[in-house]
Amino acid sequence: MARDSHAPGIGGTFAVLLVLLLCWEAAVWFFAPAPILLPPPSSIMAELWSSPRYFLRHAGFTLWTTLAGFGLAVVLGVALAVAIVASRWADRVITTILVVMNSLPKVALAPLFVIWMGTGAEPKIAIAVMLAIFSIVADVALGLRSVDPDALALARVHRATGWRILWKVRFPNALPALFVGMKVAISFALVGAIVGEFVGGSAGLGHVILIAQGQFDTVRVFAALFVLGVIGTLLFYIVEAAERVALPWHVSQRSQHSSQR
Amino acid sequence: MGVCIEVQGGGKTYASTRGPVIALADVGLSVHEGEFLALLGPSGCGKSTLLRAIAGLDLLTAGAITLRGKPINQPPERMGMVFQRDVLLDWRSIRDNVLLAAEFQGLPKRAHEARAMALLERFGLGAFADRHPWELSGGMRQRAAICRALLCEPEILLMDEPFGALDAMTRDDLNLELSRIQRDGARTIVFVTHSIAEAVYLSDRVAVMSTGPGRVVEVFDIDLPRPRPLALRETPEFARHVAAIRGLFSRLGIVKE
Repeated sequence: MARDSHAPGIGGTFAVLLVLLLCWEAAVWFFAPAPILLPPPSSIMAELWSSPRYFLRHAGFTLWTTLAGFGLAVVLGVALAVAIVASRWADRVITTILVVMNSLPKVALAPLFVIWMGTGAEPKIAIAVMLAIFSIVADVALGLRSVDPDALALARVHRATGWRILWKVRFPNALPALFVGMKVAISFALVGAIVGEFVGGSAGLGHVILIAQGQFDTVRVFAALFVLGVIGTLLFYIVEAAERVALPWHVSQRSQHSSQR
Repeated sequence: MGVCIEVQGGGKTYASTRGPVIALADVGLSVHEGEFLALLGPSGCGKSTLLRAIAGLDLLTAGAITLRGKPINQPPERMGMVFQRDVLLDWRSIRDNVLLAAEFQGLPKRAHEARAMALLERFGLGAFADRHPWELSGGMRQRAAICRALLCEPEILLMDEPFGALDAMTRDDLNLELSRIQRDGARTIVFVTHSIAEAVYLSDRVAVMSTGPGRVVEVFDIDLPRPRPLALRETPEFARHVAAIRGLFSRLGIVKE
């Protein structure tokens, strides 16, 4: 019952956001800073309204590199997590490589990726994968490992092969952890895509921000940031909705599940 | 009756940070074909360790266990097991949890569906086949776990304190059902428990185990007639068996009178 007031919850969130925007608008109106420092929300909306196709096109590019990076991170991440759980040797090698990779600043790597892969979508996707994959691997490996030992004993009593145990026990057991990882990874993938766009290329919201900054077009920078925020939020809630559909059996979903019936 | 499972000189030593721990030493035990044998003892006597060795899950470090003459190095075919916890998978319906026994062995799921439903019906769970484990009570969940163990018609059923976590009334109920399974299944059952009354009520023979190190001390024949109604537990013959076993525990210093 805790969350069956879901729709009013969304309404409340929007109300708070709207109040904050109105405060912002009033503050700009009252203090009148130079438009180059802080434009009012109304100008940002007007900017979006004046060239919707422009923003849509670039947002579309960012969305596609984000989703491609996210999808690859999920597929590769799950595969690596399986390898980590299957062999201690793979665990040590893969975990070390991932930790090294994760501690390198992606901003510093991005120019290299552009040199290797050009200025198209590829380096953006690659950086998105690098940023997103860590949480997927870490969470899925934990989920695959933390299986009830009695469930494994039960499988062995029935002479189940390793693959069958993986498919019928370990994978379903790791699904909740996969979704935790995906919720973190989807935001990281978006950041990765933007980092890639900052370094080179001629498309995407990162590119829009970079160009607008060069022209001191602060309104456009804010407009691009606004779109980014909307995309990031929507993607997060889409993953969360998928979680609710995929895991009706999980403890975290049960009360909602039963209150729906 | 022929010998089904034979343990000779069975020993199990664990390595621990404080040095080796002896869980079982020189265990000798024969389980006859088609009998219901209880492994009875206090906690720490190694009865679960012995059962897991019979299941082929954990091997002994000394001695040998044979199943009809062949050494048990891995889980044998046609064996079912019930654990103290029901080990039902949350994401599967009760029916699919029961069918898991077939799926693990790579047997076609569809061919077992009718039997799964028949078992669930017999255990009073027919109406709950499409429910999920968390929607059922502890007793119903353990019934489903028994259905799962019985799905593939095991010749040997191993039960590791299956009713230990249940309340007394549910326990009585399941004891009665288990003695029915025993009667019409003609299968060998090895049942681990620390309840003397439960062991006497269910078993053809009770193997009493003791601690320090874990070993089989004595095997009691329980010649009570079958079928055994629950009221059998109030008869003098039943009390005599219980008293004999309690007397042994008392001499071993496990039970103080």
